[in-house]
Amino acid sequence: MILDEFSPSRTRRTLSAGGRTLRALRLDGPLTGVLALIICIGVLVVYSASGQNVKMVEHQIGNVVVAIAALALLARFSTPQYLRLLAPLAYAFGVLLLIVVDVTGHIDKGAQRWLNLGFMRFQPSEIMKLAVPMLCAWYMHERPLPPAFKDLVVMALFIALPTALVAAQPDLGTALLIATSGLIVMLLAGLQTSIILMSIPVLILAAIGGWHFVHEYQRQRILTFMNPQIDRLGAGYHIIQSQIAIGSGGVFGKGYMRGSQAQLDFLPESSTDFIFSVIGEEFGLLGQLLVLSLYAFVIGRALYLAMQAQDTFARLTGGAIALSFFVYVFVNSGMVSGILPVVGVPLPLISYGGSSMVTIMAGFGILMSLHSHRKLVGS
Amino acid sequence: MVRRVRIKDHWSERRIFTFRSIVAGVIVALLLLTVASRLFYLQVVRYAYYSQLSQGNRVRIEPIPPSRGLILDRNGVILADNMPAFQLEVERDQVGNTRQLDASLERLVQIGLLDAADLPAIKRSIMSRPAYESVPIKLEMTDREMAVFALHRFEFNGIDVHTRLTRHYPFGPLAVHALGYVAAISARDLAHIDPAVYAGTTLIGKLGVERAYESELHGKPGFREVLVNAAGRPVTKEGAYHPKLKTQLPVAGSTLVLGIDVRVQRAAEDALQGLRGAVVAIDPKNGDVIALASSPAFDPNEFARGLTDKQYAALEDDPDKPLINRALAGAYPPGSTAKPYYALAALHYGVITPDQHILCPGYFRLPHSLHLYHCWKHGGHGEISMRRAIAQSCDVYFYNVANMLGIDRMHHFLSEFGFGKPTGIDIPGEVRGLMPSPQWKRHAFKGRANQVWFPGETLIVGIGQGYMLATPLQLAHAVATIAAHGHGFKPRLVIGIRPPGSTRMIRLPPRPDPPVRGITPDQWQVVYEGMEQAARPGGTAARMAAGAPYLIAAKTGTAQVFSLGKNEKYNAKTIKARLRDNALFIAFAPADDPKLAVAVMVEHASGEGGAVAGPIARKVFDAYLLPAKPETSAQKPVTAKTP
Repeated sequence: MILDEFSPSRTRRTLSAGGRTLRALRLDGPLTGVLALIICIGVLVVYSASGQNVKMVEHQIGNVVVAIAALALLARFSTPQYLRLLAPLAYAFGVLLLIVVDVTGHIDKGAQRWLNLGFMRFQPSEIMKLAVPMLCAWYMHERPLPPAFKDLVVMALFIALPTALVAAQPDLGTALLIATSGLIVMLLAGLQTSIILMSIPVLILAAIGGWHFVHEYQRQRILTFMNPQIDRLGAGYHIIQSQIAIGSGGVFGKGYMRGSQAQLDFLPESSTDFIFSVIGEEFGLLGQLLVLSLYAFVIGRALYLAMQAQDTFARLTGGAIALSFFVYVFVNSGMVSGILPVVGVPLPLISYGGSSMVTIMAGFGILMSLHSHRKLVGS
Repeated sequence: MVRRVRIKDHWSERRIFTFRSIVAGVIVALLLLTVASRLFYLQVVRYAYYSQLSQGNRVRIEPIPPSRGLILDRNGVILADNMPAFQLEVERDQVGNTRQLDASLERLVQIGLLDAADLPAIKRSIMSRPAYESVPIKLEMTDREMAVFALHRFEFNGIDVHTRLTRHYPFGPLAVHALGYVAAISARDLAHIDPAVYAGTTLIGKLGVERAYESELHGKPGFREVLVNAAGRPVTKEGAYHPKLKTQLPVAGSTLVLGIDVRVQRAAEDALQGLRGAVVAIDPKNGDVIALASSPAFDPNEFARGLTDKQYAALEDDPDKPLINRALAGAYPPGSTAKPYYALAALHYGVITPDQHILCPGYFRLPHSLHLYHCWKHGGHGEISMRRAIAQSCDVYFYNVANMLGIDRMHHFLSEFGFGKPTGIDIPGEVRGLMPSPQWKRHAFKGRANQVWFPGETLIVGIGQGYMLATPLQLAHAVATIAAHGHGFKPRLVIGIRPPGSTRMIRLPPRPDPPVRGITPDQWQVVYEGMEQAARPGGTAARMAAGAPYLIAAKTGTAQVFSLGKNEKYNAKTIKARLRDNALFIAFAPADDPKLAVAVMVEHASGEGGAVAGPIARKVFDAYLLPAKPETSAQKPVTAKTP
């Protein structure tokens, strides 16, 4: 190794000691490093976007600690066998909680997404983002790939139940993300190309049919996305202000804590759903491209780890985690830049808030656990 | 049938997954590139557009109103200036919720700063404005109110005393009909002003000099860029960054110097105290208005302070009509004050010589008519020539003159002195009066019988009555024209303008009228002598002139009111209750070198012109022509603020 020739031995020892520690913790070095980098950027941006709110930053650091703990514990202590066992249990538990939430929400006559456990508030739909792909992977684990038609039907049912329950909250955005995570498993499992092609017209018809079933505000969101000017101060306000923030940032940005759109409250939800616009305004095109590159690295590394897995469950779960992460990134960045409608999806690992961060880091914990517990056959 | 059993083929499964993963990776890369190119479009291609929108979002341009120009009298005494006024203002979002706001307002009522009856209106005005805006709830607080508030200030959040500049007239009602006043900009004003020039300004000139010279007085507003957040609230910085914001200072309005002399004005108003009437004093050498008074007056400070509807209605409904500027807008029969002009006309047209005597038996009768036109003196004046006829105001002499002149020549000649047309004074609100003629009568009346001009009407016009109407301003302007041998000037209130920041006054040139031509110096002299005789013992104006150290040329007048009801709109209802004569008086002095021409009109006076109006004119002359007495020169402290 070139490194050996040029590095002083102490450094090499330290490096290899670090490597040993990572291995002992069953963490993947490059992935962990980039995730940590993204999280650090996130905390800094939250400080600016929140209007230098130290309380929010402290709370976000608390979220980070919990999320890292979730990643570390799952990576270190879970095993593929244990996770395979966990998949159906987590799914059943999540569905149960979703039913509870829907029922209490129905009684309160309003949208209800949270379950108050007393010591913390918790969003059961988050469990499903992991549980659905894991259950599908668990289901396909013993079955031959590509999935038979019967398997597809079963998986479709696995996906449809929580999707329907979340959509009923109503939280269409999360429901679509849950469905997508399941569909990713089906696609990675080798869903026949003919079925994919056939499903395209079906999806279009479903979209047209679904138009009549979604809530008025959701319909409005899509209309506003098509033409933000129709509702400048209402639903269109978010889109317009977000694009002003990004566009006025230029190539180099206005500078940290100098974004007038964010600092003067023109940009709504600047710490949460629209935090990517703050990055665009304060750090410009370069800042946003850097963040997108880091995300691309995470996705690529996660896919690579998944490809190295040795069994179906590990592969499908890992691939779904990697691609779901991409979906979050794409939906959020597409929304704030105006190429996708406004859906309440946070920017992963950067937006203020704990639920999504814990889920995502838990997912990467699972991915690392699956990767590090490979049987070293033939190597 | 044999059921096909598929077995797991790890190698092929791995290939499927790897292939799919690579396809997914490619799709991921393409979609991320889509986002990146969208960002490139927003941040590079459309950067200028969004940058401008962002700037427009955060920077609000706030106008800084200019300070209004001062108005000075001819000696530099301040007649109108700007004073800081203290007002109580509420910032709703600093007070708290609606309940706290109610409690605060209640408390202000308890400590006597607000009237409980005004609370609903005050609350409405607070709620109608944005929560961050400071809304005035009490204007012009007195020292006592300030002290009371200071004592209780700790009890209030978001309620505080703010200062703003308001118009202030140190002498109160003095010269209000010349100065006019300022008041809140009305919807009607908005139609003819440039909103950009009036941004941030709440008051505008409504009458008099304040109205006529509005554009000079107003000045040019400045502006200040203010950083605002999405709620519109001004903030000092965005995040950790203090942006540079531009400020442009306003340019104050010009200072106006009036021809008015405060001492003369005060003398005129004091003399009119308790009467309804008007005094106009003009410098015959240039048309400067030295005094312009209309009584009763009102305090213009109240308009700047903001009158309630009730207060304004009280002024409007006052039977004495203080809002009417009698000097310009009141048209009265001039009565005998018209006689000097007819005397000049008679000499000019050669219908009579100055020394030709006419018999006044106490009445005049037109040929072929039985109707008698009486002289004011029952026994008659006997044989009388022109000078004595003027001095003693013999009606019969002027019936004869009118009869010989005929209405057309009378109309033409008196029009040259400005009767029946506006004088062209530099403030609005002037009426034209009426110099009747047969042609006028044909247009003014309906029905053939009414349109005919009767010879008797000529006689009545010949003593300044009948249809003839003139404003006190026209009377003063005409007598000033006599004093100047026919070389009159358009009356003017503003004689100089001092631009902002300059100490030098730009004097406005006097505006001469077309001179009255064709009158010889001898002919002028006859009329002067007649008017001088009037002011000497035996003349009608002898009493007012007694003891004056300067020579006065005067003419008295008494006009019967009952014949003018249809033209005197504003006292039509009360005319029966006050069926008395109007007293009139015109004069100039010193007669040998005229420095001041004065016209006085007193409505429904209890005596004739010489007795009631004459002494008023005397006080005006004394104030202007005699050296100032030290104790009267500083009657009121003058508090001035320079802009």
